Amino acid sequence: MTIAAEARPTTQPEQSWLVRLFDYKPFLIFICLLPALGLLLVFLSYPLGLGIWLAFTDTRIGRSGIFIGFENFESLWHDPVFITSVWNTLLYTGVATVGKFGLGLWLALLLNNHLPFKSLLRALILVPWIVPTVLSAIAFWWIYDPQFSIISYVLVDVLGWRDTYVDFLGSPWPARWSLIAANVWRGIPFVAISLLAGLQTISPALYEAAMLDGANAWQRFRHVTLPMLMPILAIVLTFSVLFTFTDFQLVYAITRGGPINSTHLMATLAFQRGIPGGQLGEGAAIAVAMIPFLVMATLFSYFALARRKWQQGEDND
Amino acid sequence: MASVQIADVRKAYGSTQVIHGVDIDINDGEFVILVGPSGCGKSTLLRMIAGLENISGGEIRIGSRVVNDVPPKERDIAMVFQNYALYPHMTVADNMAFSMKLRKAPKAEIDERVSKAAAILGLEKLLDRYPRQLSGGQRQRVAMGRAIVRNPQVFLFDEPLSNLDAKLRVQMRTEIKELHQRLKTTTVYVTHDQIEAMTMADKIVVMHDGIVEQMGAPLDLYDNPANLFVAAFIGSPSMNLLKGTIRANGFETDGGVIWPVGKHPADSNDRAAVMGIRPEHLILDPNGLSAEVVVIEPMGSETQVVVRCGGQDLTCIFRERITAKPGETIKIRPDTSVTHLFDATTGKRI
Repeated sequence: MTIAAEARPTTQPEQSWLVRLFDYKPFLIFICLLPALGLLLVFLSYPLGLGIWLAFTDTRIGRSGIFIGFENFESLWHDPVFITSVWNTLLYTGVATVGKFGLGLWLALLLNNHLPFKSLLRALILVPWIVPTVLSAIAFWWIYDPQFSIISYVLVDVLGWRDTYVDFLGSPWPARWSLIAANVWRGIPFVAISLLAGLQTISPALYEAAMLDGANAWQRFRHVTLPMLMPILAIVLTFSVLFTFTDFQLVYAITRGGPINSTHLMATLAFQRGIPGGQLGEGAAIAVAMIPFLVMATLFSYFALARRKWQQGEDND
Repeated sequence: MASVQIADVRKAYGSTQVIHGVDIDINDGEFVILVGPSGCGKSTLLRMIAGLENISGGEIRIGSRVVNDVPPKERDIAMVFQNYALYPHMTVADNMAFSMKLRKAPKAEIDERVSKAAAILGLEKLLDRYPRQLSGGQRQRVAMGRAIVRNPQVFLFDEPLSNLDAKLRVQMRTEIKELHQRLKTTTVYVTHDQIEAMTMADKIVVMHDGIVEQMGAPLDLYDNPANLFVAAFIGSPSMNLLKGTIRANGFETDGGVIWPVGKHPADSNDRAAVMGIRPEHLILDPNGLSAEVVVIEPMGSETQVVVRCGGQDLTCIFRERITAKPGETIKIRPDTSVTHLFDATTGKRI
């Protein structure tokens, strides 16, 4: 055998350059990454980069602009409509998130109990989330209509608690609260279903152990449910904050930022100034101004998603 | 510490009754094991003692107090769960201290009790770890520590060893028994493993289909099983059971072999019956019955042999070394002083 092996030619036949190229590992890695890289470049980096670039120019629709530095941001800083939109966005995000999580958690806890028609209820809960946003926005538009509002009808004509119809969207504060209510309604299913999934991973034996240890219902929630739910709560919270902060459809479909620009969010104002208003540069600057807030939310999620100490180690149940 | 009385306790889920009137008296400081196959109602009974299941009928007393309507946390019991049910987000120390923290016990007392329990169980070095960082045996010990810290009147164990590997199970068995001897707390322990029951219990309660088949000291059950179910359930390898008829000259199996039989009532002749012989009560005897060797399993200290006699396989355990090969014939006879006879229809001991 050894003799035969020695007799074999030691040099391999010359391979074509193409074969050698495809055997070259760095090249292979590059080739395999190319499609993903291309998609990211074309659909993520380019629009984002263009948006940031536009924010530093005075581009208008139909007229390419020139670099003007921070002028857009400076003028926005003194623009009361923009400042209002920032406060609106923060209020909208803050209040709606609290509302969604309060109600969503409550709903999840309810649905985690043994209820009749449990699966049907769970399916129904998802409805607000399944309906296209614009559709539910139009429905809310009707609900908030000054003349045909069902809420006003019930309050005035059925119950007789009020004498006049409610002016939901006609003045700034009622309009803001109405929009927040619509957003909460839309956001609850996502929170409730996600948290329900989290609740169902908690072993019933833990509750039994806590019960024997002397914990009452509140203590069981406080010491078992909440800490066990924290990891998923952090994820859902981050996503919810991101989605609410960048919300556009609901507000634009119901109020278009009115009355007198008092319900504009940063996203709707950016669109308003950029597309119908034609000031592409200024619109882009408003959009870019959202980035710091979003980066903060993402950082929060980065740290919140890190595994907690008690989750580390092998799980050999 | 306290005694536990279970009087005519019943449990029904809707119209399905799963426990049909169980009476068990557990003395103060006793180690009682509920044993039986899956679905016999033993875990349900334990959970009823714990207060995790409602009692549909009858009465459970802990000490002198009827606890039927007492919520679990006021029953002064501690339970060790099959999957340990440790709080994953708390350290070992916090897990053990949780019940006392809820009671707002002073910190010094908590620390003292936790370190005492940790010392008993050898957990001192693990107090800062989280349950995920522990092995199965360590988790088991923490679960017991959580129970010990509370110094309850009754310990309840729900199949605590079934998630451990075989070697650890034997070790923990000894530890739990030793722990009980040290603490002398009344203990109710549920298992489906009759070896655990035999080795650990002061008193075994054999349950089957929601009733108590027999109750007594381990060796009592082994030596005098009240019925066929207990006879077959207790003992490993299990008792050989031969169907046949009692005759004047012995026990005739359905295969036509006449076995020598021990004392039995004179009026039981020609009665259809089942004869039970424990594997170690089959003796090699040149004048015995011929049996064909099927399988030989030498264990070293003893030899387990499966033989075929009259068309039926029997397990024998011999202290002597067996040189026969499978297919060969050996001569065996039962030790007639320790054979058992059961009625063929009722399964009751004759």
